[in-house]
Amino acid sequence: MGCFRANHTSIKAAVLIQRWYRRYMARLEIRRRYTWNIFQSIEYAGEQDQLQVSLFFSLRLLFHILCPADLISQLLDPVIDPWLDRETCYKTISIPESYTGPRISFPLSVSDTNALLRAFKEQQVLHARYVLQLLYETKKLLKQMPNVVHLSTSYTKEITICGDLHGRLDDLLLIFYKNGLPSAETPYIFNGDFVDRGKKSIEVVILLFAFLLLYPDHMHLNRGNHEDHIMNLRYGFTKEVMQKYKTHGREILQLFQDVFSLLPIATIIDAKILIVHGGVSDQTDLELLSSIERHKVKSALRFPRRSLEQLDIGQSHRLGKRLRSTDGSRPSSSRSIYESHRTPNSGASTSSSSSSSSSCSSLCSPRTPSCISPQTYPSSPSSPYNVLQVPFLDSLSSVPLPSPPQQELEWKQIVDILWSDPKTQEGCSPNTFRGGGCYFGPDVTRRLLHQHGLQLLIRSHECKQEGYEICHNGQVITIFSASNYYEEGSNRGAYIKLGKELIPRFYQYQVSRTTRRLTLTQRVCAAEGSALRALKEKLFAHRSELMTGFQQYDPNATGCVSVGEWAKVLASVLRLDLPWRTLRPHLVHLAPDGSVEYQSCFEDVGTGAHLPQVAPNLAKTLFRYRTDIEIIFNIIDKDHSGLISIEEFRHTWRLFSAHLGVAIDDRAIDELARSIDFNKDGSIDFTEFLEAFRVGNIKRAG
Amino acid sequence: MAEEKESEENISALHKKITDAFQLFDYDSNNTVNVREIGTIMYSLGCFPSQADIREFTAKVGEDFSGVVHLDKFLPAMTKVLLENRFPPIPRSKLLQAFKVLDKDQKGYLKPEELTKYMMEKAEPFTQEEMDEMLTAHTHQKDNVIHYEKLIDKLTADQNM
Repeated sequence: MGCFRANHTSIKAAVLIQRWYRRYMARLEIRRRYTWNIFQSIEYAGEQDQLQVSLFFSLRLLFHILCPADLISQLLDPVIDPWLDRETCYKTISIPESYTGPRISFPLSVSDTNALLRAFKEQQVLHARYVLQLLYETKKLLKQMPNVVHLSTSYTKEITICGDLHGRLDDLLLIFYKNGLPSAETPYIFNGDFVDRGKKSIEVVILLFAFLLLYPDHMHLNRGNHEDHIMNLRYGFTKEVMQKYKTHGREILQLFQDVFSLLPIATIIDAKILIVHGGVSDQTDLELLSSIERHKVKSALRFPRRSLEQLDIGQSHRLGKRLRSTDGSRPSSSRSIYESHRTPNSGASTSSSSSSSSSCSSLCSPRTPSCISPQTYPSSPSSPYNVLQVPFLDSLSSVPLPSPPQQELEWKQIVDILWSDPKTQEGCSPNTFRGGGCYFGPDVTRRLLHQHGLQLLIRSHECKQEGYEICHNGQVITIFSASNYYEEGSNRGAYIKLGKELIPRFYQYQVSRTTRRLTLTQRVCAAEGSALRALKEKLFAHRSELMTGFQQYDPNATGCVSVGEWAKVLASVLRLDLPWRTLRPHLVHLAPDGSVEYQSCFEDVGTGAHLPQVAPNLAKTLFRYRTDIEIIFNIIDKDHSGLISIEEFRHTWRLFSAHLGVAIDDRAIDELARSIDFNKDGSIDFTEFLEAFRVGNIKRAG
Repeated sequence: MAEEKESEENISALHKKITDAFQLFDYDSNNTVNVREIGTIMYSLGCFPSQADIREFTAKVGEDFSGVVHLDKFLPAMTKVLLENRFPPIPRSKLLQAFKVLDKDQKGYLKPEELTKYMMEKAEPFTQEEMDEMLTAHTHQKDNVIHYEKLIDKLTADQNM
């Protein structure tokens, strides 16, 4: 009897414990999910900023609003040393006796690739001469390749397909360790995004190119959206090259630009499996794709120049308003390439213009800058049928397009392939999240695959927690090979193996800094901490608008608003689709009555080292648009020296403030320029300057 | 009158809270989640259902044969659960008591084999994965036992979230 009771009690006890534990694990899972959401939202918001700036630059400058005619080509096209043949400049570079890095000889052999592997594992740097020679040889090889590479499994055991690496050398080495080095028995396809974000982009891409040269029949590389020199300016590859190669960085970057644009766009296995980096759109035409001159599309972020010359830009807001009032209907999705990401589903974009003025007014007093008053541009007689809505920062530029010339169609084909994402909803719509490419639904996939007799689309481009994901009823696989992409423990990496039967098998892995397996708890905590810090930075960067928003709900200045109101303000100002209520405990304090003390959002965030003396208007703008300003500086700084002249600085600033409608007079700019010209030599180290406006140093709360 | 308005606001806040939690798992952005996530969502809203409770609730709100749950069924059902406080939290003291029951010799800790036996054989058994995670995360590195008071601290740490 006693035995039975004891048993019964222990069962009850066990139930209790199990329930508690499961609840604890559920809480962990929730945290993991929203941490993931935070990382993804911020990442894509950042990428969109990049596209907006470049478009702004291309369009604005081209049309002589503020600059002479050729500035855009001067700025974005390479500096060509006329007396040096770019292609063979490596021959003039000699290698010093003191060089202890790997030495390679061309044509490459297995001992060369082994030397590179060994050297990179030991943190050595390959000499610039070898880099240039490698790139030159790679360029020669790639020139012979078609846009779409056709492969067959009949001669090989299995093909291995890898996704984004983003400069993670450890992941690449782990793949080679688990799966074997590239060879006739172990052919590989790497599906783009070899560089940017990670710290070892150069090593990764050198290894990939070296194996490509060694085994051109067994090593295949597809272009990704980060194989693009303008993306590289923003996401770290350019910086990495300039840091590791101070003397020859420029030439190296130039050759990379050429090589990237020569990478094939797609691979097809056994005429059944299509592999591209991003995805497809309802306009994707594989025949057209095979025929275009792919190297002409140097960057997704530059419109083909010819079509831009035919564009007609008046004063953007006015024109935009005029268009919107005459034709309230939204331009059809297949025509407009970019739409304001603020109003993805609305018709007339009046909400975006009003939000633009409210954001501007929170920064400073807006006024129509005189330099932007409309010149005598011929007014466009064309109907607003083809309209390009170009978002930039807070406003919307509406630009009518003539019917797209061939160049632009071709550009769109490539951008769609490199930037699109699959979605569950049917149909095809512009990818407002990223700013380029499309969202394509299962019907688009089905149609395209059927049209070409294909059975599967393998793509990358999106980070997945398990390293891979299957969607569109098994017709689309996403494969992602950079583990711990956002943070230690955030996700696994994976690769696919495909044999003659064409059934994909997935292999997962995770690079780990420690030998002891991290528990889920530890991984979630680390990732969550990092995500929350990034989110708090965003909050701080938008402080003035957020405060304005909060104050609207707090007319009596009590310092508190309800949780619902707090969440609403955040969602509308930051435009990040996150579970704010769930995140609330990490971001802000509650008053005893359960309302939110909104000032506490900004409590534990500090700024960098002492700020240079700067007018308040300027300071706010600098915090908010720091990244965009940095991109513009980087573009202007053609030789990537980190320095620009005072004149260029003034000029850039004027450009920027004009578009924003920020009233900053020349004197303030001059004073600022003078104050940060630390060496008094007429040049400004803008990196150092911008560092001060980075929102960092979040003090650990309590 | 004021009370009515207040409870309206309360309900609206509850609805938002439930929807937020639901949408964390709505991967396709179409207001559905996989049935497997219902337990997690319920826990995140502060409830302490048993596995049987979860199964029963899921059966009521799930779509037949499809393995998904729609928000429009989930929301009213879950609101009711929260208003009725149907699955109240188990107080920490009871949890401690439970461990003490299992700790027959009153050592203050449990050996991994003991814990495994109870968690995987009795009541609503753990899967191997759940057991592995518990042991890896909470077994003391040096003396290889589970100090359950420490474990309880962890389990009850974020009570107010």
